[in-house]
Amino acid sequence: MCEWCHTRAPRDVHTARFEPATPAAAADGEEEHVSVSSATEVVDPVPGAGAPHLPRQPDLVQLLTPEGERVAHPEYAIDLDAEELRDLYRDLVLVRRWDVEATALQRQGELGIWASLLGQEAAQIGAGRALQPGDMAFPTYREHGVAWTRGVDPLHVISLFRGVDNGGWDPVATAFNLYTVVIGAQTLHATGYAMGVQRDGAESAVLAFLGDGATSQGEVNEAMIWAASFSAPVVFFCQNNQYAISVPLERQSRVPLYQRAAGFGFPGVRVDGNDVLAVLAVTRAALAAAREGQGPTFIEAFTYRMGAHTTSDDPTRYRLASELEEWKLRDPIARVKAYLSRSGVADAEFFAAVEAEADELAARIRRGTTEMPDPPGTAMFDQVYAEQTPHLAQQQAEFEAYQASFEGGGH
Amino acid sequence: MGTLKQFKLPDVGEGLTEGEILQWLVAVGDTVTVNQPLCEVETAKAAVELPSPYAGTVTALLHDAGTTVDVGTPIITIDVGGDAAPAPTGDGGETADGAGGEEVAAGLIGGAAPGGRTAVLVGYGPRNTEARRRPRRAAVPADAATPGADYGSGGQQRPPLLATAPDVTTKPVRHGGLEVGRQAEAHAASVEAAPSRAAEAGRRRPRPLAKPPVRKLAKDLGVDLTALSGSGDGGVITRADVEAAAAGPAPVTELRPAPAAAAGEQRIPVKGVRKHTAAAMVASAFTAPHVTEFLTVDVTRMVKLRSRIAARPEFAGVKVSPLLFVAKALLLAAARHPMVNSSWDEAAQEIVVHGQVNLGIAAATPRGLVVPNVKDAGRLSLAELAGALAQLTETARAGRTAPEDMTGGTMTITNVGVFGVDTGTPILNPGESAILAFGAIREMPWVHKGKVRPRQVTQLALSFDHRIIDGELGSRFLADVGALLSDPGTALAF
Repeated sequence: MCEWCHTRAPRDVHTARFEPATPAAAADGEEEHVSVSSATEVVDPVPGAGAPHLPRQPDLVQLLTPEGERVAHPEYAIDLDAEELRDLYRDLVLVRRWDVEATALQRQGELGIWASLLGQEAAQIGAGRALQPGDMAFPTYREHGVAWTRGVDPLHVISLFRGVDNGGWDPVATAFNLYTVVIGAQTLHATGYAMGVQRDGAESAVLAFLGDGATSQGEVNEAMIWAASFSAPVVFFCQNNQYAISVPLERQSRVPLYQRAAGFGFPGVRVDGNDVLAVLAVTRAALAAAREGQGPTFIEAFTYRMGAHTTSDDPTRYRLASELEEWKLRDPIARVKAYLSRSGVADAEFFAAVEAEADELAARIRRGTTEMPDPPGTAMFDQVYAEQTPHLAQQQAEFEAYQASFEGGGH
Repeated sequence: MGTLKQFKLPDVGEGLTEGEILQWLVAVGDTVTVNQPLCEVETAKAAVELPSPYAGTVTALLHDAGTTVDVGTPIITIDVGGDAAPAPTGDGGETADGAGGEEVAAGLIGGAAPGGRTAVLVGYGPRNTEARRRPRRAAVPADAATPGADYGSGGQQRPPLLATAPDVTTKPVRHGGLEVGRQAEAHAASVEAAPSRAAEAGRRRPRPLAKPPVRKLAKDLGVDLTALSGSGDGGVITRADVEAAAAGPAPVTELRPAPAAAAGEQRIPVKGVRKHTAAAMVASAFTAPHVTEFLTVDVTRMVKLRSRIAARPEFAGVKVSPLLFVAKALLLAAARHPMVNSSWDEAAQEIVVHGQVNLGIAAATPRGLVVPNVKDAGRLSLAELAGALAQLTETARAGRTAPEDMTGGTMTITNVGVFGVDTGTPILNPGESAILAFGAIREMPWVHKGKVRPRQVTQLALSFDHRIIDGELGSRFLADVGALLSDPGTALAF
């Protein structure tokens, strides 16, 4: 059986689940089934019990199983103290709550559209927390979790989706570029930026985000060729959420995505994208390699988009409910909660406090969104150039005259 | 009663105009929290749940489930409590674009309604979401009057939204922001320097409206666009306008009337049976995907059986035609394959498998084609069937077929053989799933028991609705009919 078949978790679960682990996998120790004997320590019922393991992927880096069991990996180790672990959990919960609130706000007519990150929290928090202050990130339009780790105010992201501005944060101050809606275009920006970093002699790295669908784009392939050819300090972080809107991965690639990196001439790693510890460890290592001049890395974070592509999409038209149910068992937050409670790092009080903080955040987002003032109609002319050109000034004057031609004044 | 908030149907996709309320998840009197699902709405893009923007008590559901509601229409009223306690959204409930909540007076009924009417019932009355444009000011402000294109609506001059090609003399060397900027600067300078030219441009005849490919066509054909009046929306000159102009002074319109005398053709108003037939055939042909299969059958044994049967006393006085045997064969085969006797119910998204065969017989009458049917034909004995068929066709030819005899048919036979025709591809009687065409019986050379013999041979053609009947079922059914006709003894096996 080819490796590729194994990656198609949802369709291969039953055979894989009851097969004994291959000797190779057992030797790696990464696919061990560790039964949870002391369930009493767990706050919730064991979250991943009965979850089909991402079936026999010898190359999948995993440090925390869906059941919340810590497992070792020979190449990627991570040692976090109790506070760091609690912070990761807090990040995951708050970002999910932000996302849920934004989705609701869109359904209430307050946002034009929302691209949900539901299910991809661990991939984004893990990647975002791997960045160092001097590093630069180039997001797609879904990296709300990474924005969070860069200290971007959620309302500055929301304002973009409300149509109030084109992204309210300072990309230089936050080291987090503005959202790029053109699929894959940011990989070229990131590579160019990384080549600039390289020429400046700076010891920092660039993290370029992309999705599985973007790997079919010309720009992404160009970016990887440039990055490889110049050993640019860029890490391509691909969240493989299994669907390019409605197109499943098997219509994008006949090989696992991470294996494509070999063709470009740099390493590719597949990591359990729902395991925040593994994502953090793998991304840290890749960024460190980039900073040290070892060139690019391609990270495939194997995850699942639990929600719709955007609020304009209806995923029930192209995927089965059973697939969603399976991935629910691999929830990125539940496993961390189970691990924290079982290992005694966090107690019920902590979890309650995080929940309360999430409620506060949601209320702040809701209030901030509905109170957001509409920009003047001419705001679109303001930030096209640093200094407005005569041509643009003329357009603005014409636009203002046009608006003024309506009764009731301009808007 | 506290403050009432209304939730208007938002645009949950991008650019949607309406949505159907599939079901309400709350009822009047329910207490709801922020983000609690209120209802399920189906739009052109997706079925989604709408979460509540307010916490409070539901006081009215303004539209029933199953109703299609325009975006922007209030769908639910929620009492969010005392005046001092605003909804969790705070004052922001009233958003500038009005897509969110709106505060309404507690006494909603009797209040003002759009269109100057008075609301008498919540959720009824005139809609307030018709597409409308903001009214324009009567005159363009003098300072905004710059030369520009006529937008084709009554000749009103408006400033252009985008400046058109600035100046032919300052062509950019290459594309790029800098060049465009310089070009614009040059243009702005030249406009300032030459106000008289601008004024002159303003007096010039407006540039005719046409899309670039049409302009190209006009240029190629040597047609002057300024000499044409456009027939498209807003006076836009269309491709047809240009082609007509190029073809010379409209000869088409003169040729059109009264060609009857010259061509000897006759024009018959479409009405009555012809009109009905045409409508039915079009409806059927473009609704049910037709498949037609053919089978050539040696019916020599059936022809021999027919003469024996006709001699039997119970058949005295009735016509024992080949059609009778085809009908019987069809009924026997349909009993074996009940699915062929079915209908497609588009509205209910169901396939209706009929309990009895109402067998239609296509009959040519002086008034046109009619298809009366024999109700529950499968229940009749062969003699009864023969009587029913004879009566049916006689009545039809006399033009006395009762309406109930022409409705409710479930399968049809069309006997094209009586016209000496071999076969055809019949079109389904609307609402039915199968129709059998029965061709002429001819004496033909046929391989019979290993030797070429003259045999009585006919052709059967079965058209069926491929939505319901797969090729396998259709083929098995047709093969059974054929088997019964080539060897009537097969009936014993059925």
